[in-house]
Amino acid sequence: MSDDLRELYQEVILDHGKNPRNFHLHDDATNEARGNNPLCGDQLVIYLQLDGERNVVDASFLGKGCAICMASASMMTDLVKGRSAEEAQSMFEAFHDMCTGEGDETALADNMEKLSVLSGVREFPTRVKCATLPWHTMVAALKGENEISTE
Amino acid sequence: MPSSEKSQTASIMYDIEAIRADFPILARTMHDKPLAFLDTAASAQKPRHVIDAVSHVYENEYANVHRGLYQISEAVTVRYEGTREIIRDFIGAAHTHEIIFTRNATESINLVAHSFGRNFLSEGDEVIITALEHHANIVPWQMLRDEKGIVLKVVPITDDGELIMSAFEDLLGPRTKLVSVAHMSNVMGTILPIKDIIDKAHAAGAKVLIDGCQSVTHIPVDVQALGCDFYIFSGHKLYGPSGIGVLYGKEELLNAMPPFMGGGDMISSVTFEKSTWAKLPHKFEAGTPAIAQAIGLGAAIEYVNGLGLDAIGAHEADVLKYATEQLSSLEGLRIIGTSPNKASVVSFVLEYAHPHDIATIIDRAGVAVRAGHHCAQPLMERMDVPATVRASIGLYNNRTDIDALVRALGEVEELFG
Ligand SMILES: Cc1ncc(COP(=O)(O)O)c(C=O)c1O
Repeated sequence: MSDDLRELYQEVILDHGKNPRNFHLHDDATNEARGNNPLCGDQLVIYLQLDGERNVVDASFLGKGCAICMASASMMTDLVKGRSAEEAQSMFEAFHDMCTGEGDETALADNMEKLSVLSGVREFPTRVKCATLPWHTMVAALKGENEISTE
Repeated sequence: MPSSEKSQTASIMYDIEAIRADFPILARTMHDKPLAFLDTAASAQKPRHVIDAVSHVYENEYANVHRGLYQISEAVTVRYEGTREIIRDFIGAAHTHEIIFTRNATESINLVAHSFGRNFLSEGDEVIITALEHHANIVPWQMLRDEKGIVLKVVPITDDGELIMSAFEDLLGPRTKLVSVAHMSNVMGTILPIKDIIDKAHAAGAKVLIDGCQSVTHIPVDVQALGCDFYIFSGHKLYGPSGIGVLYGKEELLNAMPPFMGGGDMISSVTFEKSTWAKLPHKFEAGTPAIAQAIGLGAAIEYVNGLGLDAIGAHEADVLKYATEQLSSLEGLRIIGTSPNKASVVSFVLEYAHPHDIATIIDRAGVAVRAGHHCAQPLMERMDVPATVRASIGLYNNRTDIDALVRALGEVEELFG
């Protein structure tokens, strides 16, 4: 198996993919959005619970997708908990840049280091959207948009 | 001749190594691995004969068709129009002017939806499609529904991916104006009983469009024996260039239908008060056509005819059987589409890995497949899968390609299993 495949499918990703964290409906969600990747049929819903100051009190998701998408959603929902909406938005930007190769993993803030395991997607241009779909959807939820599509 | 002897002569005649050598691209590698191209149902590779025919046009006799009063233009017009005869013969049409050139199958269906649908269907009229259609045979009818208020009805399928004929008969009624169905499923390979469908539709007074995109490359077609009113396909899946498609329609229907687009080439005369339409087939071919592509499609059909669709079908059936056996033996693998009546396509899912991940991993092993919903989202929903991996077999595939696929799936298991 090639090195870039091993790099893409690291243990951490496989683990998050198989046992996603925060994988449930959220009854107290204040914001939610659905994300679609029409190319592959992946669909997920991100649930956010914001408090009066627009801090993310809790986050969860549901859906079907590839290992990359599930792992990304799993890690993201872990990470945005306890952040302000603004912080979540800038995390999205840093993550997005890492995936598309515009930034690199060293540019990630300390609290986002975990996400560097997803940097392997850079070698797989067709898979970048799989990693970024949950983040795009989360940002849409923050903005109060209900649905986004990656195309 | 005993059948074992027969199949032996067939395999001698079907020299797969020589045939593979006709396709230059098959000699290349992908990620430094021999290329196992198993995505012919999406678009087929091109034989040297087609590549040369297209180059020949551009190098030796390119000009616009139907217009130039000089030797090159006349020569290329003859070649271009000659392709219509090759296609007529290939699908058994009565007349060359029943062969309309389009860009692709999608445009052919849209042409029928616009010209036939808008003018001959009215509110409350019914169009019947099936649960296994490609989006190209769903969306144009939905657009017509939204515009004209027609009713769209869908024939259900079984878990094996076969059409439920009794349900089709129940849906047929006095308001059924058109039945538009695939000859062969692009996802499951199921071959539909179109003769029966056509006869029953006609008995109910409906016209029939057959989407032959997947079938023309595997099954000999005779539109007159079938009796269908329209038969459509794309050139690029038939080993020809992209950018050229075909609409066959019965002469009297095409004559009754108004043009689809207006412009040059499709008129007989134009004044600012009024224009009159050209005769068939040009009435439906506005503007400069895909000249070299059409000629390339003619060359592709010559190539396919040279091998013989029966021999191609027999070879592909052998590879399909091998693929089905090999894949079925893998633990956690489920084949989607298990009708005994199928050709050249095997779709599957793995319990432990998503189709997208599978495609990425096996790509690195040189294996090209398609993963996704294959432009058939309603079918994915019906079969209760988000997506599938589809390996499709063309006339140049062999057991080695299947072995490469199975070996590559071993790597998927290593990671995900
Ligand atoms: C059954 C079927 N119909 C229609 C189409 C559309 O063909 P095209 O994209 O060439 O117009 C396809 C191609 O995928 C197909 O498989």
